[in-house]
Formats: sequence, C-alpha cells, structure tokens
Amino acid sequence: MTAARKTESLRDAYGKGLLELGERDPSLVVLDADLSGSTRTQLFGQKFPDRFFNVGVMEPTMMSIAAGLSLEGRTVFASTFAVFAAGQAYNFVRQSICYNRANVKIVATHGGVLVGGDGGTHQMLEDIGLMRGLPGMTVIVPADAPTTRAATLEVAERKGPAYVRLTRENLPVVTDGSFRIGHAAELRAGSDLTMVAAGALVARALDVAEELAKVGVSTRVLDFASIKPFDEASLLRAARDTGAILSLEEHSVLTGLGALVASTTSENYPVPVRRIGVPDVFGESGEPWALVDRFGMSVERIRDEAWELLRLRGKVQ
Amino acid sequence: MTEDVPAAQIASLEATAREIRRDVIRMTYVAGSGHPGGSLSATDLITALVFHEMKLDPRKPDLADRDRLVLSKGHAAPALYAALAHRGFFPTEELLTLRRLGSRLQGHVDRHKLPVIEASTGCLGQGIGMAVGMALEARLSGRSNRVFAILGDGECQAGPTWEALMAGGHYRLPRLVPILDRNGYETDGSTEAIMGIEPIGDKFRAFRYRTLEIDGHDFRQILGALAEAGRSTEGPTAIVARTVKGKGVSFMEGKSSWHGKAPSKEEAEKALVELGAPGVVPPR
Repeated sequence: MTAARKTESLRDAYGKGLLELGERDPSLVVLDADLSGSTRTQLFGQKFPDRFFNVGVMEPTMMSIAAGLSLEGRTVFASTFAVFAAGQAYNFVRQSICYNRANVKIVATHGGVLVGGDGGTHQMLEDIGLMRGLPGMTVIVPADAPTTRAATLEVAERKGPAYVRLTRENLPVVTDGSFRIGHAAELRAGSDLTMVAAGALVARALDVAEELAKVGVSTRVLDFASIKPFDEASLLRAARDTGAILSLEEHSVLTGLGALVASTTSENYPVPVRRIGVPDVFGESGEPWALVDRFGMSVERIRDEAWELLRLRGKVQ
Repeated sequence: MTEDVPAAQIASLEATAREIRRDVIRMTYVAGSGHPGGSLSATDLITALVFHEMKLDPRKPDLADRDRLVLSKGHAAPALYAALAHRGFFPTEELLTLRRLGSRLQGHVDRHKLPVIEASTGCLGQGIGMAVGMALEARLSGRSNRVFAILGDGECQAGPTWEALMAGGHYRLPRLVPILDRNGYETDGSTEAIMGIEPIGDKFRAFRYRTLEIDGHDFRQILGALAEAGRSTEGPTAIVARTVKGKGVSFMEGKSSWHGKAPSKEEAEKALVELGAPGVVPPR
C-alpha cells in the first residue's frame, strides 16, 4: 500500500444508512436471516422492532416473505451473507423478487475471499454474475463506506429489485460518497491506461496507479460500483482515450466486472483488456488480504498486467 | 364442520365448478400442453374461494382490503384463469389463448398480466412464502384482508414450503390460510411412493396450525372449513383438502400421467361428454 488511507466498515455504513431510511420512511421493513449482528441490520431492529423480522436460517423463504411484503407496497431490505443471498436463495430471488418485480433491496455482506477464515464454502465469488444476469436487477458493489451509505439510500429510492454486495473487511475510504446508480466515478484521470475496478480492489487500483505515475505512466481509475445499470459510455470513452483496460474485481473473472468489460469493449470498441480477479476456483481459509494476494489479485499481479497492457499498446518496450 | 348453506347455492357452485372443469379441458387441449390433473383437483377449492369466500370485486380488482389468493402450485393456472373469467375479471373468450405467444394467460400465473393474481408463481415452495409476507403486511398495516394460499402436495416435499409454514406459525398470523390440494400424485407418481408426506395433517399441526381435514370436493365441507378458518383470532388455520387428481374426468382420475399432459382431441371430447358438454371441442 502506498497511500495511507483511513479504513471504515462498509457494514457499519449500511447499518447506519438503514437507520436513516427507517426514520425517513415509516413503512420501510427490514429482514435478516440470523446474521443481524454481522450484517448490522440489528441497529435497525433495535430502533424499529416492529418493522424488523429476523426469520432465522431460511434465506430462500426470507426472499419470498420480503417479496410478499413488498408486493403490498412496502420498500423491503433483506440481508444475509452473499453466499446465502445469491447462492442459497437464487431461485427465490429470481422468481419471488425479480420475476414479480418486487421492491426488495438485498444487501449482502461477506462477498469474496475477504471473508477469510470461514473458507471456500463461505467466500462467494459468483454472486455478481448471478445477480447481474437477472432481468430488472440493479447490482451495486461499493468500494468503501461512503459509497455504501449512498448506495443504501439510492437503492431505496429506486423502485424495483436491487443487490448490493458488501465486504466483511473494513476498506480504505477512496470516494467522497457522491455515488449515483448508473454512473462510474473517475477517481483518477489518466491517458495511457484505464483501470476499471469495483469493490475491495478499487483502493489497490489507485495504489498501483500512483506507483505507475512515478515512472511517467498516466492511469485513469474508474470506480464501477454500479455494475448494473452499467455506465457503458464511461467505459467506451476510456477505451477510446487510453486504448487499454485493466479490470479489477474481488470476484470470479468468469462472470463479473471483467466479463462485462471484455464483452462491452469487444462489441463496441475493441481494445486490449486484462482481467484481475479470482480464476475458475473456489477460495480457502486464510488471512483475508493474504487470500486476495493468493487468488490472483496481488499488487504485483496488478502491476504486471498493467505493464503487459502498456507493452501491447506499444507504449513501452 | 359443514356449513349451513342453502342447497341452491351449493348446486350453483357445483355447476360453476363443472363449467371451470370443461374450460380446463378445452384450454389445455387447445394449448397442447398444461396441467389438467392438478387443475381439476383444485377446481372445487378455487371455485369456493373465488365465487363464495373471498372478498373480491371485478369492478374494483385493486380494492385495498380485497382478500388475497396466492396459487403456490402455479401450474393449476388453467382452473384459476377459468374461475376469474367466469367471475367477470376478464372475458371468457380469452381463455383459449392459454400459453400462446402474447397471451395474458401464461403457463404459470403472472401477476403483471391479470387482476387477482397477487403473486407470480410456478417454481414451487415460493408462493406460500409470499403469502406469509402478505399476511405480515396485513397485520403491520392493520388491514383485515385474508390471505389464502393453495399448495400442492408435491410442493410439500420442498424444504422452503416448511420454512414458510414455520414462519406463518411463528408469527401467529390468523388471516393466513394455507390450503393443501392433497390429490396424492406428483409428476412421476404417487407422493407416498416417491417421497411420503404423511401424516400431513400432523405436520401442519406440529408447525402450529389449527388444521382442518376435509373432502376437497364437498362444497359443504369446503365452505365450512373456510368459514371456520375465518373465525381464527389466535393463529393461522390450515386446510388439508383430500382431493382426486383429475377429478371429474374418469380416465384422468388418480393418474399421475395427467399431471402435465394435454388431452388429445378424442380424449378432450370424451372428457367433455363426462363433464356434460358433448361435442364442444374448440378448434386447435
């Protein structure tokens, strides 16, 4: 890490965001599946016990109950870990929520290998792909606490289903919280190369960009917290302006942001693309950031891929 | 527990149910696919709800305190469509568009297409969860509407069905009424041969439901049970309705092979004769 940034909890930001919403909207209801301490929905539950339902370990049915409540006109938030929200409950999210166009906001914590010690069973690496494939679903992957708070408020405003993916670990604050659905934020201007990042790897992208700047490489960094709707215009502008794109996500490269970047550029404005993320494997137990390194997302790997792209573009020998 | 209902009213419901059964045959024949067996077993339950028990108004389908019906066994769509059309929610002429491209009558019920369809269902084990959410909503907002959910017995093999029932029992929702269409058969055969669900009444009781077990083709018993459920104040009441798969058509009765198969022209003709409408097979 080059820059010393303060880190904050995304989950705390979500919990506080829910409290704000609860005060503002007396009809807002929150559900959890026995993980309310971890997901921080407990804060809402303590303040508004009549509008909080901890349904226990029944994630699929939590989604159906949430749908039923929302079909009657309520905004409903439902939280659990990503592996349960997107994995265990997938077809319930698909039919009860998305097919019904229910106004349910799924805020899933514990995405990615950053779960750490719990190991591969609990490290959800496929959720962004699963969720963005669902018609009508909004998918948000905040990089820090300010964006998490903003995303919580924004998805509540926007009618229809949403999936917000949070990370268990505290993350460096890299944005000013001016997040808007459907817009990629340019966190750093640049002309030689673009890093397109989401979630926990945005800070790493900024760190490597900073390092590259010292040797004269100008790197643009875009925060694609809004995976769906996707800011195609910003991506294609970056492709035209810089001619090379490096995607970064703490998720499987098969179905996440990298796949989206590669397909969008190849259809519209083909440029060399490299994808940083987890290859086609499950995770394992370990110290959270050591796992990020171990599973193909180390600073060295990001640096190597950046140089490879610059070579491909003939910008360096 | 039979309801004191005038004989003429019972006769009228029976006649309506017969009309709906004829439509189920015509619709699935014309569509060339669909689920006649489970539609025919649920027909009397649906008829009793839509034509007698539920607070519904075809002129005001969005009435805030209307009773809700969730067809958790969404494949019984033809019977519900026919009932809603005859009740005046949409033209009966539309019934024969079932499963056609552009039709409002999707293979499994879709809430965006038609009134009264409170929830889109089809994949099993989800409708009952949505019904629990609706009943919670009724309590939260202080509304008096009831929430009925019709479940299939194959659906009772699905874990999430019991998750949802557990939640309905836990929250003590007196306006929630799960109704099991216990016809005994699923796609591949008898439920008890494939994965037994009995003693099913005891299972509902164990999940904290007052449970009424009835003959699901006897209108006096159906109306009696629905009225009795309506008197619940403490918690939910479940109705286990013993039914016959394919009820009303002799060669379909008790046969799992009619779970998800449309009748041929000859079969449809024969069925319509049995249902009192000979010679009225529409063109396919």
